[in-house]
Amino acid sequence: MKNPIQHLNKIFDSRVRLGIMSALVVNPSVNFNELKELIEVTDGNLASHLKTLEENGYVKVEKGFIGRKTNTTYKITKAGEKAFKNHLDALEKMIRSIS
Amino acid sequence: MDTTGQSNLDAIRDIRKIMERSSRFISLSGWSGIGAGLCAIIGAIVANRTMQQYYDADRNACFQCLVADLVLIASAVFVAALIVAFLFTYLKSRKDGVAIWGTAARRLLWNTMLPMVAGGIIIWKMLDLGYYELIVSSALVFYGLALVNGSKYTMGEVRYLGYAEIATGVISLFVISRGLYVWAFGFGVLHIVYGISMWWKYDRKTDQ
Repeated sequence: MKNPIQHLNKIFDSRVRLGIMSALVVNPSVNFNELKELIEVTDGNLASHLKTLEENGYVKVEKGFIGRKTNTTYKITKAGEKAFKNHLDALEKMIRSIS
Repeated sequence: MDTTGQSNLDAIRDIRKIMERSSRFISLSGWSGIGAGLCAIIGAIVANRTMQQYYDADRNACFQCLVADLVLIASAVFVAALIVAFLFTYLKSRKDGVAIWGTAARRLLWNTMLPMVAGGIIIWKMLDLGYYELIVSSALVFYGLALVNGSKYTMGEVRYLGYAEIATGVISLFVISRGLYVWAFGFGVLHIVYGISMWWKYDRKTDQ
């Protein structure tokens, strides 16, 4: 039997990264502050995890302005959506195999 | 269950929680429904008294003044209900530690305001043309549609309140002479029933 763990995406091991992907998959775009509130992490922590996801091509960043304040929003990419879906499928398989 | 199984379950729970919290406005308090319903019932009592006075007076009483009074009462109730509903929801969002104004709130507002504004314009025109008989049912039906439309962006139960409002609005077409009672039922009783059941389901534990 194939080991289902191999399909679990290492990048989504972190609670913060999983949280970011969960929020982006159901919203067209989410800004930095909203993500921070949802996932309950510090600025630095969130920024570094976002960076990892961006480098892997799972999220894209858009920098804009509201008035004079910067407003950085994040969107999920096609690759990100696919990776997230595969990760969920793997989780589902693992839980099925246990119960 | 072993530790990996447990951590996978935790991961799924986290995913679900964040999907829900990021796409729906969940701070809507049961007290908001109860408060808005009470405003509507007080308004209906005041309106009833105003109408009694009008019909008790002599035949030359000013009909336009009655209409103006009723519109004023309805508007005051609308504003009061909105303030009360907002207040309880604001308090709940403070207690839960979630921001009241985010993407979810914006989407909820847009999707409920759209049918309400369209309905509002139609009702305003009905008043203008004197189609008073249709106002109660139009208000209820448009409000119900607004709730059904908005329910995707807040607690799903709002949809059932919406269905109930639409049904009440349609029924009112056949009991036009009892319009004020139907109005009090739709905007008063239904809100209170909804508010109590939401309070029971979500707020009971945290309020105690």
